[in-house]
Amino acid sequence: MADRRSPDDEAALSARLKQLGERIHEAGAKRQHEAEEMREDEAKRKDEPTNLAVALRLSSEFVAGVLLGGLIGWIIDHFAGTSPWGLIVFLLLGFGAGTMNVVRAAGLVAQQGASVKKD
Amino acid sequence: MDPIHQFNISKIYILGHIGGYEISITNSALFMFAAVFIIVAGMLVATARRSLVPDRAQSVVETTYEFVAGMVRQSAGEQGMKFFPLVFTLFSFILVLNMFGMIPGLFAVTSHIVVTVFLAFVVFLTVIIYGFWHNGLRFLKLFVPSGVPVYILPLIVAIEVMSFFSRPISHSVRLFANILAGHITLKVFAGFVALLGGLGIAGWIGALLPLALTVALTALELLVAFLQAYVFAILTCIYLNDAIHPGH
Repeated sequence: MADRRSPDDEAALSARLKQLGERIHEAGAKRQHEAEEMREDEAKRKDEPTNLAVALRLSSEFVAGVLLGGLIGWIIDHFAGTSPWGLIVFLLLGFGAGTMNVVRAAGLVAQQGASVKKD
Repeated sequence: MDPIHQFNISKIYILGHIGGYEISITNSALFMFAAVFIIVAGMLVATARRSLVPDRAQSVVETTYEFVAGMVRQSAGEQGMKFFPLVFTLFSFILVLNMFGMIPGLFAVTSHIVVTVFLAFVVFLTVIIYGFWHNGLRFLKLFVPSGVPVYILPLIVAIEVMSFFSRPISHSVRLFANILAGHITLKVFAGFVALLGGLGIAGWIGALLPLALTVALTALELLVAFLQAYVFAILTCIYLNDAIHPGH
């Protein structure tokens, strides 16, 4: 009879079914993983600002520090008559502050107020 | 043809004199009033008929609210929500002013540094006053990074203080410079189109390139107009975060 199967056939069939189930599961997991990765990439790309925006941001941070240093130094010199020492000292300090601003804005150092990590 | 001419301030109505200074409504002030009016009227009209399923206007307002609220929560924490009105006001005000600037013939208020400096000082003073009021002298810990050796501490503190005081400068210059530079570039390229167009057939063909650039730049400037409002608001949140949690 055609529909009559031996126990061997039954066992083989169930084994194949199980295998197929596993493969489907694997493929599904893989696809889900890929989709997640793609989504992450997309999110990353969205967060990345354009090069021009980064350049403008970093340069404005640096210039702000130097400008403020120069301004404070000039005012001190103007009123205290210590020219040119105020300008020299505060320009250098402003240079330091500008550099600090840039490395902070670039995310290379901790934000202001955060404690320095001890390695 | 002068690319700077668009930034001219002109008096529209002279209100009077206070201590020798003339108080007048300029085109800049007029556009600020218009921006405030549009924001307030837009919000009121859109939320007048509050429904569970929002119509278009209501969902614009709701999306804006969610956008700014998410920004505040993410950058300044849940405690930062008490500053939500400030951040939302700044964001919507700057956004509408920037968008005004994108409409040909209208005036770009944020291309004047005096406006952006004032806005940045509002934020800066809020941070200082709230920082001292909320934390007392612990606010000064902002300038003293922990774990720094004592012998370089004076130098670090001096640099940190300078860095702190340079914030309103970079905060305001970024918005002002972006809008100013964008509008000048746009005007210069648009000016090329008119100049080349006056040269006859060959000029018309040559004018296609600056015309295409002008179109592309307009799209870019629209993006910049939104992005700079967003950047201004998010920096406000980051600075406010320092006032709420210094030295943690």
